[in-house]
Amino acid sequence: MRMTTQTAERGIASALDRRRASVRWSIRLTTWLLLLALLVVGLGPVLWLAKSAVTPAQDTLRDPMALFPNGADLENLSTAWTRFEISRYFVNTLVLAVGSWFVQVLVAASGGYVLSVLRPAWARVVHVLVLATLFVPAVVLLVPLFLTVLDVPFVHVSLINSFWAVWLPAGASAFNLVIVTRFFDNLPREVFEAAQVDGAGPFRLAWSVVLPMSRPILGVVSVFAVIAAWKDFLWPLLVLRAPEKQPLSVRLPALETYVPVDVFLAALAISTVIPIVLFLLFQRFFLRGAGLGGAVKG
Amino acid sequence: MTTSTQTTSRLAGRTETIPARRLRRRRSLGTWVRGGGLSTLVIALPMLLVFGLFSWFPIARAVVMSFQFTNLVTPPEWVGLENFRTVLTDPLLTTAIGNTLWFAALALVLGYPVPLVAAVLMSEVKRFKGLYAALAYLPVVVPPVVAVLLWKQFYSASASGVFNTVVGWVGLGPYPWLQDPSTAMPSLVLEATWAAAGGTVIIYLAALTGVPSELYDAAEVDGAGIWRKVWHVTLPHLRGILLVTLILQVIGTAQVFLEPYLFTGGGPANSTTTVLLMIYDYAFGGRGQYGEATALSLMLAAVLAVLSALYFRITSRWSH
Repeated sequence: MRMTTQTAERGIASALDRRRASVRWSIRLTTWLLLLALLVVGLGPVLWLAKSAVTPAQDTLRDPMALFPNGADLENLSTAWTRFEISRYFVNTLVLAVGSWFVQVLVAASGGYVLSVLRPAWARVVHVLVLATLFVPAVVLLVPLFLTVLDVPFVHVSLINSFWAVWLPAGASAFNLVIVTRFFDNLPREVFEAAQVDGAGPFRLAWSVVLPMSRPILGVVSVFAVIAAWKDFLWPLLVLRAPEKQPLSVRLPALETYVPVDVFLAALAISTVIPIVLFLLFQRFFLRGAGLGGAVKG
Repeated sequence: MTTSTQTTSRLAGRTETIPARRLRRRRSLGTWVRGGGLSTLVIALPMLLVFGLFSWFPIARAVVMSFQFTNLVTPPEWVGLENFRTVLTDPLLTTAIGNTLWFAALALVLGYPVPLVAAVLMSEVKRFKGLYAALAYLPVVVPPVVAVLLWKQFYSASASGVFNTVVGWVGLGPYPWLQDPSTAMPSLVLEATWAAAGGTVIIYLAALTGVPSELYDAAEVDGAGIWRKVWHVTLPHLRGILLVTLILQVIGTAQVFLEPYLFTGGGPANSTTTVLLMIYDYAFGGRGQYGEATALSLMLAAVLAVLSALYFRITSRWSH
């Protein structure tokens, strides 16, 4: 029993290799060194941030590697949160993330449904046009998209300083549409046909049959949408000029210039809490599948 | 147009046998609506509106704008290749291209082998493998802006800065890190590598689980040791994914913006001005040179398109 599991899960070093003392010890040593390196490089900076967020400014400036030489200063966090209005930017970030998430899920789900399930005559042209945007790097869009948001065609309103300026362009994600369409393509068509025979129209079919089946892929789109919204910097910087509308990512560089360093580090720490909590909650998702998807998207 | 003729011709063959179908040949608005055409269009509306307004229209506009003089006050004017000429003769362009290439080269030397070595070692870890992966991925979770601003504190030029304290333990420094033209770019790359390596490690780890164990067994029968197994089995198996991450990294580093913008603003002495920073400065640096900015971004996109075309050619040749 033991033998079979071992052969099934074997790596580069064989069981025979591992029986040799020199191999066993060098593997054990590298394993420990690797863990140490990962702790220092991966966890170290985050821990330093957590420590410095509650350390008085003078201690951080004078001896940044000392552990609370003059005690902790928990007030940094509340000062950052209330006096320097991190709470407001935090809420803005949440609102931007939720809105972007909603638009992305709506566009990806309804668009994928039309392209994959309903397949009207014009779907092929739209599909090609969507796929084509995958090959256009985001940098090309920067200036013309900004001018579009400044004066939206047909309606002629400016979306500058409006959350819509971030929400709506977020929906134009070819990546989302591709993964949702591909997912729908793999759903059994007999189910759709049976529902249509039973007299379900396009809306009924979407709501009662396709949507319940597409929960896994919409979950993937949702996680990517929230992460992207939390990380986004350049676009909100351009379209949200009013400080009271800005998310954390845009506001933090500005804060750096006029906030005491200990409070600033507290603000950085607060901004990192939610992503880390989400990561710990959905660890398996991130470490299994998300790496590849994120790489393709970035 | 083509679709409607297709439908009629397809139905035409059947009209003799099924007369009821003949009604469908007249595609009036009523039959279209009853057939679900209108509902389909309504459902497609979010996609068509969002992509139309915020993707297809701006892409088309980018091409048009690069041949125009746009200042948002007077109506745009056609200027031919003037924008491209201005950009190509800008003395900063060669510096920006050089800096971008330097960033990409440093990122390759620093950031390319590290995740590979880490992933190969991690694949041999038997216990707490999840902990290793989580630790490697943690920097990716830190929001990019936070990561840059945190590292800016680390790079403090004062003798009691974080990195200067650490290198001081072994009697080195203090270094000016970001304030010196020669060390600024490597400092940026170091942070960028820290922030991105975890994602690549996860990709390699996933690829490593796909190496068939029979190949290792076979290599052992032929008397291969651990190093030869790595060289002749593991690495060849990762070849495809290594190329994918290479191309993705080059395409990503060609568009680097966050690090130079937040760390140094392109300085000192333009030593970290990248192509994207230049595009940003043209359009939003107070000069409002929108035409020049789009011209440069189209040229950058063309270079990236060549890269991805090259990538598709190489991968398709391998799969044959």
